[in-house]
Amino acid sequence: MQTLKMVITGPFAAGKTQFIQTISEIDVVETEARITRDEERIKDRTTVAMDFGRITIDENLVLYLFGTPGQRRFDFMWEILSEGMLGFIVVVDSTRPETFREAREILDTFYNYSPTPYVVAANKQDMEDAWEPEDLRIALRIPRDVKVIPCVATDKESVKRVLLELLYSILETMDEEEAEAVR
Amino acid sequence: MALKGNLRDFNTTQLFNLINLARKTGLLTIETRDARARLCFKEGKLIYAGLDGQDDRLVTILLKAGKITEEQARTIRARSDIKNDKELGLLLINAGYVSQEDIVQSVREHTLETVYQLFNWTEGTFRFEPNVLPIEGRITVPIDLENVIMEGSRRLKESARLEEELPNLDMALKFTDRPDARMRTINLTVEEWRVVSFINPRNTIRQIAQYNNMSDFQIRRIVYGLLQAGLVELVPPEGVEKKPPPGAPPGAPPKPRRPAVKRSIIQRLIDRIREL
Repeated sequence: MQTLKMVITGPFAAGKTQFIQTISEIDVVETEARITRDEERIKDRTTVAMDFGRITIDENLVLYLFGTPGQRRFDFMWEILSEGMLGFIVVVDSTRPETFREAREILDTFYNYSPTPYVVAANKQDMEDAWEPEDLRIALRIPRDVKVIPCVATDKESVKRVLLELLYSILETMDEEEAEAVR
Repeated sequence: MALKGNLRDFNTTQLFNLINLARKTGLLTIETRDARARLCFKEGKLIYAGLDGQDDRLVTILLKAGKITEEQARTIRARSDIKNDKELGLLLINAGYVSQEDIVQSVREHTLETVYQLFNWTEGTFRFEPNVLPIEGRITVPIDLENVIMEGSRRLKESARLEEELPNLDMALKFTDRPDARMRTINLTVEEWRVVSFINPRNTIRQIAQYNNMSDFQIRRIVYGLLQAGLVELVPPEGVEKKPPPGAPPGAPPKPRRPAVKRSIIQRLIDRIREL
C-alpha cells in the first residue's frame, strides 16, 4: 500500500479543519484543545498538533491530508509535517485581512522547508466581506504562476476544485522539469 | 464585493498598491476616530481626494493656489447660478481669469496635499466600494499612483513595520513585466536612482545597500516603495539555492521541485478526486 501526503496550512481559524472534514472519507482525527488566550477566542477549540483526513484512491494507494496547527506556538510541528509532502494548500480566510501577513509568513516558511508546488485557497468566498482572490494575490504578493482559488471549505465541490488545482500544478512542475532535462 | 479592513493590518501604501495593480474603479473611505477621507479612483488612478470638514470646492482650491483673488472668490461664492465646479471652471476659463492648466495644476496639488496626509494615519478602518464614484460635477485630474506610493514610502518612519514587510534582505530584485510600469514617469530621489541602477537578479538587496552605503532601514524604505509602486518584484538571487536551517527566517525561495512520485500516480489521484 502506497501512501501520499498533502498538507493543509494557513493562519488560525482560516478553515483548515473544515476543509479536511469536507472531503475526508473518515471522520477527521482532530487533535483539538480548548483555547485559553483571549485574543484567539474567535472559536472555542483549535488544532494543537494536526488534523488528519484520508481519501482512498484505490486498493494500493491512499492520500492523507494533514492540517497544521493554526497557532504559531505549535509551529515546531510544521517541519515534521512538511517532510515528504506532494504539495501544500494555504487556506486563507478572505474576510480577515489581519491574517494576511501571517498567511504570507506561513507560506514562505513552508515553502522553504519543502519547496513543493502549492496553491492558495481563498476561503469563505460565500461571505459578504470576502476579498476577491485576485485582491488576495496582490495583498499576499503571490506570484502570477501560483493559483489563488476561490473556496468555500464547507462545500465539497469547492474543496475538490482546490485539491485538483494543486494536482494540476504538480503535473505542470513535472512537465517543466522534464522540458528542462531535455534541453 | 466591498474591500474592508483595518489600517493596522493593511496600510494606505498597500491599499494604493492594490488599487493600482488591480486597476480598480471606486470609492475608498478611510476613517479614524476623528477624521474621514474619501478618495475616488478610476482604472487604478486617483481622481479625487477629500477630507470631511475640508472645503474642496474649486473656488477655494484656486484661491489657496493664488490663481484668483479674495475679491474674485467672494464674487463667485455670491453667485447662486453656478451649479457645480465644472460649470465654474468653464466660466472662469471663458472669462480669462484662469487657464485650463491653472485649474488642472491646482486641483492636482490639492488632491496630492490631501492624500499625503493619509500616510500619517496608522489607526483606522477602510472600505473600498467598487464602481461607486460620487464626484458628479467635480473636476477630476487622474494621478498615477506610483508617484503617490513612492512619496508615501518616503514618509515611513517605523523600522519595525518595514522589517515585517521586507524581512529578507538576501532576496534580489527585478523590474516587473508590466508594460505600463514606466520608470521615466516616476519622480525618484538621487538615492532611489542609485538603488534602481543596481537592480539586477544577481544583486541581493543587502549588496545594493552595501554598494550605496545605506543602512538596513534606508534600503528597506526605498525597496518597499519600489515594490508597492509595482515597479520591481522580489526574486531569488541568481545562482543561490539553499535550504535554511529549521526555525530560521525564510530565505530566498528555491524553485519548486517535483515530488518523488510518478506522473501516473498523480493522474490516479486526479481521476479519483473528480469522482468523489
